Amino acid sequence: MGDLFVLAISCIFINNIVLAQYLGNCPFLGTSKKMETAVGMAMAVIFVLVMAGMITWIVDLYLLKALDVEFLRTVSFILVIASLVQFVEMFLKKSIPGLYAGLGIFLPLITTNCAVMGVCLINIKEEYTFIQALVSSFAYAVGFGLALILFAGVRERVVLARVPKALQDTSIGLITAGMIALVFTVFRGMV
Amino acid sequence: MAQSLVKEFTKGLWAEIPLFRLVLGLCPALAVTKTCENGIGMGMATTFVLLFSNILVSMLRNIIPTKVRIACYIVIIATFVTIVEFVMQAYTYELFLKLGIFIPLIVVNCVVLGRAEAFAGKNTVMLSAADGLGMGIGFTLALSSLGAVRELIGAGTLTIWGGTPLFTIGHGYIPFQFMVEGPGAFVGLGMMLCLMNLIGKK
Repeated sequence: MGDLFVLAISCIFINNIVLAQYLGNCPFLGTSKKMETAVGMAMAVIFVLVMAGMITWIVDLYLLKALDVEFLRTVSFILVIASLVQFVEMFLKKSIPGLYAGLGIFLPLITTNCAVMGVCLINIKEEYTFIQALVSSFAYAVGFGLALILFAGVRERVVLARVPKALQDTSIGLITAGMIALVFTVFRGMV
Repeated sequence: MAQSLVKEFTKGLWAEIPLFRLVLGLCPALAVTKTCENGIGMGMATTFVLLFSNILVSMLRNIIPTKVRIACYIVIIATFVTIVEFVMQAYTYELFLKLGIFIPLIVVNCVVLGRAEAFAGKNTVMLSAADGLGMGIGFTLALSSLGAVRELIGAGTLTIWGGTPLFTIGHGYIPFQFMVEGPGAFVGLGMMLCLMNLIGKK
């Protein structure tokens, strides 16, 4: 139990998926202009990543490794993620319309979010057990959400500042992200 | 015909250079550009995937049903990524280890899917090949220049190929290590974007 807690902390803070592993940067910059969209994206990623982490782990063990076709990992994982996103979208639309309306356009965007695919691959590479994979998927997703929401908060303030013309928009956004990443490096000595 | 080929090829090099103008494909750009060599390697792998996925998508554009096109594109891209993965494992093993997880992640690089969707799905094979090659080389240029800047400032060396530095700044230089660390990647890319804005739009 203690090990799992340490794993979760290290996934959220020390190896933060966006700021320390550089995955999922496109949605990180794309959906962080408003707090509302940032929260929506964070929720959608947590939801999909936990499911994708579990399913790809099962697929890897009982399909790819069992049949000795591990070279198909990239193809099969991306198919699992793409169809999962589609399935989740249809399921939510039908049974939980409130949540669907909230997540809305962010769901289809998740297919090309490399954080999802990246975490699934990390789970396999680190040879996690099922429970560890589940915890790490959830913790990485929470880390993504945390970074995204923090960043959106800062970015809403940056809009009010007078930024030189050449630095505007993405450019200042990246530099701001760099500063947040610098703050996150402080966590490195924690575990 | 020849003229439009040249046009589609050159637009990827400057006017629509993927990383700086379109701000797509950020993850590999930030993660692997610790050295110029990594940037070149990653860029070449992406170029290969871009070129061949563009050609195949364009060849199949009349056969693939519109409704399931994204899934088809992804399978095509994933196939070429798998090929690249094995080729690199066989011939450039050290680079393969350095790039690690980012080689399979070319599948979800938005530049590749973006070109398939925006260009190859609507244009002829020759034009798509020119577009893919141009975009790929542009992406390689962007990655290697970012890598070169970060390596020069952060480590005081410049590595093009093979792991040994081509060039080292004199002994008096104290490397500014921030640039090769994680946060430096964000700041470095931000400054490069700023520079591109200063040089001018298109």
